[in-house]
Amino acid sequence: MSEMTAPTTSDRGFFGEAKYPGIFGWIFSTDHKRIGLLYFWCIFFFFCVGAFLGLLIRLELFAPGETIMGAQTYNAVFTLHGVIMIFLFIIPGIPAAFGNLILPIQIGARDVAFPKLNLFSWWLYITGAILAVTSLFTGGGPPDTGWTFYVPFSAQTSTNVSLAAIAVFILGFSSILTGLNFVTTVHRLRAEGMGWFRLPLFTWALYSTAWVQILATPVIGITVALLFAERVIGTGLFDPTQGGDPIMFQHLFWIYSHPAVYIMVLPGMGVVSDIIPVFSRKPAFGYKAILISSLAIAFAGSLVWAHHMFTSGISDLAVMVFSFLTFIVAIPSAIKVFNWLATMYQGSILLDPPMLFALSFILLFTIGGLTGLVLGSAATDVHVHDTYFVVGHFHFVMFGGTGMAFFAAMHYWLPMIYGRMYDKTVATVAWGVMMIGFLILYISMKVVGMQGMPRRYYDYVPEFTGLNQLATVGSWILAVGLVLLFANIIRGLFWGDPLEANPWGSASLEWQVSSPPPTENFDEDPVVTHGPYDFKQAGIL
Amino acid sequence: MTEEHSHIVPYKTFLIIWFALLILTGITIAVAQYNLGALNIWVALGIATLKAGLVVSVFMHMQYESYLFKLSLLSALAILAIFIGFTFFDVLYR
Repeated sequence: MSEMTAPTTSDRGFFGEAKYPGIFGWIFSTDHKRIGLLYFWCIFFFFCVGAFLGLLIRLELFAPGETIMGAQTYNAVFTLHGVIMIFLFIIPGIPAAFGNLILPIQIGARDVAFPKLNLFSWWLYITGAILAVTSLFTGGGPPDTGWTFYVPFSAQTSTNVSLAAIAVFILGFSSILTGLNFVTTVHRLRAEGMGWFRLPLFTWALYSTAWVQILATPVIGITVALLFAERVIGTGLFDPTQGGDPIMFQHLFWIYSHPAVYIMVLPGMGVVSDIIPVFSRKPAFGYKAILISSLAIAFAGSLVWAHHMFTSGISDLAVMVFSFLTFIVAIPSAIKVFNWLATMYQGSILLDPPMLFALSFILLFTIGGLTGLVLGSAATDVHVHDTYFVVGHFHFVMFGGTGMAFFAAMHYWLPMIYGRMYDKTVATVAWGVMMIGFLILYISMKVVGMQGMPRRYYDYVPEFTGLNQLATVGSWILAVGLVLLFANIIRGLFWGDPLEANPWGSASLEWQVSSPPPTENFDEDPVVTHGPYDFKQAGIL
Repeated sequence: MTEEHSHIVPYKTFLIIWFALLILTGITIAVAQYNLGALNIWVALGIATLKAGLVVSVFMHMQYESYLFKLSLLSALAILAIFIGFTFFDVLYR
């Protein structure tokens, strides 16, 4: 890295060089940064749509009985909220957007290994997204099964489940191809001197995730294809009257969808692992422990799927084994948390917006993770299964974890991509408002779940009114924070002050290029002479 | 790629593998006439694995590939075997 020329912010970098005019310069570009930004803005758009649907759900639950919509609409709205947030926001969120933007630069490559395949996977993503949206307005109306598509209901309902299943199938392929690209890129395109143990932890996290994407995603393809066959030609595979087994669907579904939880959260952990050392001005504590724990989470996390099925009628032996395995995942997760804390210990901590979001990740993910153990333990799970406790739990892990990491990555890396800085004070205020709203909203959900309110129900008994109203008010505060956050970052990226070189003081390769980065990232191939957290060697400390 | 791989496999090998696949298919059908209890699935999956192994190593040239490729494929298959195994021990003890 010492060989690099000094960063400048004078030219427009890759923004100034398009192969085709106008929009075609984006949608037919094979440049990983352009594809990354395409993904980012699409994902950002779908997050806003999903969040809006979430607000509608909370508004409906403000009072018992019908408040703003009927029961069938409510079922469609929560299904759509889940499908959009899971398949269009949180799974592709960090890998497809920030992985594409940052990973090649971080390892000193000019692009990913298969640039055309990369563009193709974006096209698959958009095709899947369009089909998912089309399924709302065609056929028998919007799917009402929940994002889990459980049989027998999903095989029988007259709503447009078949098209939604095709959409999920296509989105899965987009995810597999991205994973394939990243594994090959990390193996083949590292710069000279970029050994495996000099890879930034974000790259390590994406690498572990990519393996899960390749190995587990085909199973969701198979699952929705079988569901499609069940609906269209009545194969009877999940129908007991024809010798089928409905629990088999749940196995198949969760064989993918539980590893998918780690596809969602591992890249977020990578973001946090990269941010904490920079803003603590200390090398990452336990670098190898963190990267091994990423691989361990990817592996162990793939073997715990049936903890979603404790009450479904699986065998007692399976309940015990899967419960035990679930507890094992807590070990590498805790290794990460303790290493992050040890990195901060006696560091010179700077509370800039990316760090605030990274710290919220640790807090909220830990709360979410610990409540996850309540669910992973079969004895307690029986009591809170399918209640709002589960909803609160996974919003803590997914939104509080991956969502916060996504915002952290936005505030950390996007200024480098655009060459402009947002207003840090406004970002900090928005973070504070969001945190207040978040905690009110999801803690209320956990409490009301403990009291016995079932999830996915349109109506509830009057005893639950108070906590539901509190949660809805929390959702409004959260929404205000989000609007402020997004307005500030959009204003900053397009009209903000020009970025000073390496504003956060990182020793990692992506901050040594000019900003915005040039089309091929590096004017000459970089030679890496120190690790990504070696601030002394990099001349930052 | 720095070197070009080309392996001419004689027709005789292809024919032998083809007959082997046909025989294994015959065994699958023959075994299906008997109820072996929990062993049913082991036998069916065992024969299928053997057949897939022949196709991958001979027809798809995996036997000429480097150690890394073989290891990658094997680890993917091991994960798949675990997925299937874990699903079936639930069914077995239900």
